[in-house]
Amino acid sequence: MKIEMNGFDEEQIGRLLRLLPPAPEGWVRAAQELPTARAALDELVARAEHDAEFRLQLRADLERAVASAGFEPSPFVVSRLRRLLEEV
Amino acid sequence: MAVEQTDAQLVSRCRAGDPDAWNEFVERFSRYVYAICGRGFRLAQHDAEDVFQEVFARAYERLPELRSDDAVRPWLAQLTRRLCIDRLRLNARDTPSAEDPDEREADDVLAQLDEAMAVRAALDKVGDPCREILDRFFCRDESYRTIGEMLEIPAGTIASRISRCLEKVRSELDGRNRASPPS
Repeated sequence: MKIEMNGFDEEQIGRLLRLLPPAPEGWVRAAQELPTARAALDELVARAEHDAEFRLQLRADLERAVASAGFEPSPFVVSRLRRLLEEV
Repeated sequence: MAVEQTDAQLVSRCRAGDPDAWNEFVERFSRYVYAICGRGFRLAQHDAEDVFQEVFARAYERLPELRSDDAVRPWLAQLTRRLCIDRLRLNARDTPSAEDPDEREADDVLAQLDEAMAVRAALDKVGDPCREILDRFFCRDESYRTIGEMLEIPAGTIASRISRCLEKVRSELDGRNRASPPS
């Protein structure tokens, strides 16, 4: 996407910069941890598919079961896992 | 002057599995996605957070399918836009009094955000200390006093530094790189 910016004065530059405040740090960090969270998810889902008892534990108390399995029960992992469990 | 990678170069590194590239990707586009949720569609903070995480989750999953690495920004914009509209429609279903999303207004905001991203890219190219001073003043709304304390420079010189830094960004945008060192 090519944007023509010639002729912008300093006031306009300042106004445009104000449009992009930083996202909350926690949101950014959670998004950056996605690759790690994805790996945890893959492992948890694979285990749930083959281990009926673990599947029951997840359904009973998702966050505790994730933590007991040695993974950080981040909001992303918990919400995705809840969705994925419906398919298992 | 800082050396900044193009969007395409960054996407290419993400595809190649460079462990630092994804962090940079999120860093580069987090403000953009956040602003689309907040300014473009005025999502409540908890809705914006859900959409924000969903955008990056889908981006991570689908980045390998992106046809043109150069097109990552409009692709992210469309993805965010669609998820914001879905969220607003879901809310409207639960709360019938909620207004429909004003997509035309959101498109106007998106166009402004694209301009803002171009300015941001110019600022990144100018680099520190200008990047930090302008970011603190315009994006984080910090006072001269706070900026002075944080950067250990006299507060009385902040205004003139901001002015000089804006001029550098303008020069960068105009393609007139001046050889003066950062102030």
